[in-house]
Amino acid sequence: MSTIDVQAIRAQFPILSREVNGKPLAYFDSAASAHKPKAVIDAQSRYLAHTHSNIHRGVHALAQEATEAYEAARETVRAHIGAASAKEILFVGGTTDGINLVAQTWGRTHLSAGDCIVLTRMEHHSNIVPWQMLALEHGFDILVVELNEDGTLDGEMFEAHLARKPKLVAFTHVSNALGTVNDAKHWTSRAHDAGATVLVDGAQSVPHLPVDVRDLDVDFYMFSGHKTYGPTGIGILYGKEAMLDAMPPYRGGGEMIGTVSFEKGTTYNELPYKFEAGTPHISGGIALGAALDWMNGVGMPALTAHEHELTQHAHAQLEGIEGLRFYGTAPCKAGVVSFLVEGVHPYDLGTLLDQLGIAVRTGHHCTEPLMDKLGIPGTVRASFGAYNTVEEIDRLAEAVERAVSMLR
Amino acid sequence: MASVIDERQAEIAEEFAMFGDWMEKYEHIISLGKELDPLDPEDKVDENLIKGCQSRVWLAAKLGGDGQVVFTADSDAIITKGLAALMVRVLSDAPAADIASAKLSFLDEIGLHSHLSPTRSNGLQSMVKQMKLYGLAFTAGA
Repeated sequence: MSTIDVQAIRAQFPILSREVNGKPLAYFDSAASAHKPKAVIDAQSRYLAHTHSNIHRGVHALAQEATEAYEAARETVRAHIGAASAKEILFVGGTTDGINLVAQTWGRTHLSAGDCIVLTRMEHHSNIVPWQMLALEHGFDILVVELNEDGTLDGEMFEAHLARKPKLVAFTHVSNALGTVNDAKHWTSRAHDAGATVLVDGAQSVPHLPVDVRDLDVDFYMFSGHKTYGPTGIGILYGKEAMLDAMPPYRGGGEMIGTVSFEKGTTYNELPYKFEAGTPHISGGIALGAALDWMNGVGMPALTAHEHELTQHAHAQLEGIEGLRFYGTAPCKAGVVSFLVEGVHPYDLGTLLDQLGIAVRTGHHCTEPLMDKLGIPGTVRASFGAYNTVEEIDRLAEAVERAVSMLR
Repeated sequence: MASVIDERQAEIAEEFAMFGDWMEKYEHIISLGKELDPLDPEDKVDENLIKGCQSRVWLAAKLGGDGQVVFTADSDAIITKGLAALMVRVLSDAPAADIASAKLSFLDEIGLHSHLSPTRSNGLQSMVKQMKLYGLAFTAGA
């Protein structure tokens, strides 16, 4: 028994009515990017058609309306993730952009030779490469927390790394490749005990779970608009006000300044504008607000429960397929089922599923260090959103069986 | 006069025209992949590896005494391997200069052009590029 009215939800997503390769689209790639409900599409187009102007620096009516709409979206985000103040909510390009911002500002001023930071084996490249780039320049060490067989973090190793007093602990809340939900609150608390600053990548958690940054007590948290049913090119970086305040600016330009002078030097704007140089993605920010409103309209607990049901159902339907092996069997998972079938390359399976109108993602999912450790080229990943149904998952399981029989 | 490469392309297009739907097409490609002669072990090395993000392709080339280039290929994915087999069928045992200047249209004609797109990143597009480079190199060396 589903906890939400999926058909009513599906009716709000125009793209779901299209066909792919002559078959109705079954979209299982929401972890890469989710589709947009009409409320979001309308909010963005209404803004562009009716309200658009540059924000924050105009006395005319449109400038004011646009500014109000953009700042209202910031407040929506603040409320959604439970931040103390809208000053702590920075509009950025996405999760990747947010992590790079922290690396290039906080990281640049806090990490140096002799220091170490902690990452985990399940990080997306976006939470690895910005730190490697900085480590090359600054010469600090990167310690990696390995995983248990089921795709959970090796807690003993995590503790051992914390005993080395890292300056930063950065980990994903939910694994994009395995679906593992990490105990962000516990590890944030343990990392703080060790004196570390904590960054949590929320790209795969905010779409699926209620998140309260104050309850988690994280220092930095980021997520992407396009995975939360909003537009691409917009995302959020949350940072505790005191941390953001102490950080140097990231990009220079308009909006982030106090005063600019060749003679007296330049001063910077207050939070959050200090980090928002240039004209931002205004329509994206507004539509992101609409997307979070839409998710809250469905209800986060209902959404979480629905996706949990889908994940369980997918495991149950797929596990009977001969030679199929799941990657990521943690007790607490969100929205992702990753698997391989013995003797079948993920590319082949993905190609045939596509012919059957089923969109899955194949490959390393931007987690090459994880795939290398597992000794596999990649997996087939089905990921779920509010609009997926158990019937679609039945279709997936049948299609996998059919494709496998062709490929073997 | 049509080149041997164009003749082979026309032959493949004709062969695929017999299939009623995509499933038969893919079944055929899969069987071509399964039938492709394996690479000599000494050729299945990293130097011959074309790394795609999704699947990997190995390509080896030799210049025969008759001035014809002989290609052999392999892939870890069977559909990629089947498509590689088609590339080999079209371009192998042909004069180097013809390979270098070949226009490959048969994937378009059989409706599988998307497999050559860079977004697929299955290594096939790089494979075709590499085959043509071999053609060019052997022409220059001839």
